[in-house]
Amino acid sequence: MNVLVVLIPISLILGSAGLIAFIWTVRSQQYDDDSGNAARILLDEEDRV
Amino acid sequence: MMSGCPACAAAPLAQETAQGPALQFSVPGVTCAACIGKIERGLSHLNGVATVRVNLSMKRLSVAGQVDPEAIQTAVAAMGYEIYPLDVARLEATRDAQGRALLLRMAVAGFAMMNVMLLSVAIWSGADGATRDMFHMISAMIALPTVAYAAQPFFTSAMTALRAGRLNMDVPISLAILLASGMSLFESLSGGEHAYFDAALSLTFFLLIGRYLDHRTRTTARSAARELAALEVQTATRINGAHSETVPAADLRMGDIVLVPTGARVPVDGVLLSTAALMDRSILTGESAAISLDAGATLQAGEVNLTAPLRLRSLCDGTDTSLRRMAALVETAENARNSYTALADRAAQIYAPAVHGLALVAFAGWWFATGDLRFAINVATAVLIITCPCALGLAVPAVSTAAVSRLFSLGYLVRHATALERLAEVSHVMCDKTGTLTRPFVNLPDDLSATDRQIAKALAQSSNHPLSRAIVTALADTPAAELTEVREVPGNGVMGYYGDVIVRLGRGSWIGAATPGLCLSIGDAPPCPLEVPEVVRPGVESAIAALDLPCEIVTGDAALPAERLAACLSVPFISGASPQDKLDRLQELSDAGERVLMIGDGLNDTAVLAAAHASIAPSTALEASRNAADVVVLKDSFEDLPLVLHIARATRRLSQQNFAIAALYNAIAIPIALAGIATPLMAALAMSVSSLTVLLNAQRMRWVK
Repeated sequence: MNVLVVLIPISLILGSAGLIAFIWTVRSQQYDDDSGNAARILLDEEDRV
Repeated sequence: MMSGCPACAAAPLAQETAQGPALQFSVPGVTCAACIGKIERGLSHLNGVATVRVNLSMKRLSVAGQVDPEAIQTAVAAMGYEIYPLDVARLEATRDAQGRALLLRMAVAGFAMMNVMLLSVAIWSGADGATRDMFHMISAMIALPTVAYAAQPFFTSAMTALRAGRLNMDVPISLAILLASGMSLFESLSGGEHAYFDAALSLTFFLLIGRYLDHRTRTTARSAARELAALEVQTATRINGAHSETVPAADLRMGDIVLVPTGARVPVDGVLLSTAALMDRSILTGESAAISLDAGATLQAGEVNLTAPLRLRSLCDGTDTSLRRMAALVETAENARNSYTALADRAAQIYAPAVHGLALVAFAGWWFATGDLRFAINVATAVLIITCPCALGLAVPAVSTAAVSRLFSLGYLVRHATALERLAEVSHVMCDKTGTLTRPFVNLPDDLSATDRQIAKALAQSSNHPLSRAIVTALADTPAAELTEVREVPGNGVMGYYGDVIVRLGRGSWIGAATPGLCLSIGDAPPCPLEVPEVVRPGVESAIAALDLPCEIVTGDAALPAERLAACLSVPFISGASPQDKLDRLQELSDAGERVLMIGDGLNDTAVLAAAHASIAPSTALEASRNAADVVVLKDSFEDLPLVLHIARATRRLSQQNFAIAALYNAIAIPIALAGIATPLMAALAMSVSSLTVLLNAQRMRWVK
């Protein structure tokens, strides 16, 4: 059961890393134009402004 | 993902730091990646443009930097896209703070749920003793702060309802979340076997999904409606002695002298000071013919000046025009409409008391039977969690979000929360004619020579009369001829010189032709009569034919054009109807038990649009009429009208199916919970499965035909 001492903190850290990454995506307005972002992947790099 | 696309990540930040507020434009024509690329690439070369960003979801373009808005409009129009400037002040608060807060709460609940679920799986797999207690305590450490943060929207809503002495869906939700957390904390501290932390969190998570979907549906409609309002520029030109100034229409005072440019709407009720004027009143009265007026005639706000710029003396303040009063009337009617109880609220009215009663019975029953207070509370908690409306909270928002976004992509903007439910109940359709079903159109004879066509276009271009505009549309591909001394004779037509030949376009009687209708005359040649049928808006014929409901036309226009259209669409009609007549007709139908759908655009329709069971208006309608309508058609064609009704009915059907799924799941789970044999694993499984089922069922909306 000693392995838990390592595993539980790891799972908590990974979970909070995911949460922080998600909060960053919300803050940087990445959900404001979902259909636009879906379409932008089709633009070639030289098309980009 | 974070570094894969530096441009995406950098763009929003760059926009915020750019100089000055970004200019906003509405570009309804953007549909794909190619459009985005073309516009963004094209504009980035313009002088002074710092950043340019197309938002495809909102079909909006924002440009930051020191740049002239006119230059941007010209550039985008040259690329072949319609573009309209938006009034940034009216769009204020487009940043959706509430939606973001909901999204964050949802994310926190989701991540916490995943972590607690990991720990719970270990417990369900047989962890016991000290390990189980430790896992319970770690779960508590994650769950309690999460619940305190993420479930706040439910707590506040429940508190508001309780203060007002009512029960809403959030009361049992809050109670279940609080009881589950509190009871589980007590069980964990005292080394108990069952803790419901994962249930409390997944409840919060699933319900926040429903809340977020609901919120998004509403804000899309609200921001699009705000955009329509921002398109209408509400300024007026006031004349002060020798100079003129531009002021907001609301700042006009009684007695002000106002200049109305050609093609503009009259901003305030007033008396005509210029000697003559030709006005388009179709949006106010439904009459398709233009009206000529002499000095001293009364003008109403909302009319369009078709000829030379005119002056008027205002008869009231800019805030008190007949148009505004009509808008205020609409608001009153709206409030009446708000008393319509949505399906979800009706369900909650039955559901909330039933759940509370059931939990109370379970608690009292087990306490009385066993005398074990702790076990009785446990059973009551399990009942509350299991019956808790996870699926019920998602059932309606998931379906209506799918329906509203499907309709938005078809060009229909749903403005009102209960609009779809009311549309599904419609049993009779009432249509306005002018501006709604028809548009003016001019039929040019096939044998008209190319030069004549060019002259006709040049003459038509210099006038704002609806028929002139129709000629310009009909001759879109023809270049205009070079004319000199073009001038408009109010009420009669346009004249000018082609070389040294006099050319005229206008009333037959003015030109000297045998027919009274619209004629084109070139020099001494016999005048050429032009047919002016009112053409039906694209898609109307097929839409009316496909409607499975009785339909009728009620118009303020004269009998002849109404009869012609009615015959063409083979529907009954009432002509020459005043706004009051329209309302009376609506009342008559409602008294006969019909639920009426009104489709109209003019000010004369506004009262009916507001009073009808459901209403649809085209985006060309006046702001007051658009505000009164439940659904605004953003595109030109009415072709998809039957589909709107089908989608509305499918919304009702799928919502009811979702309620049935939730009820079925409750019918199985409640007896188990009441029997006191429910475990946290069973609660978690049943909750997830039922929520996913209703979400998936809602997606069937995509295939509604």
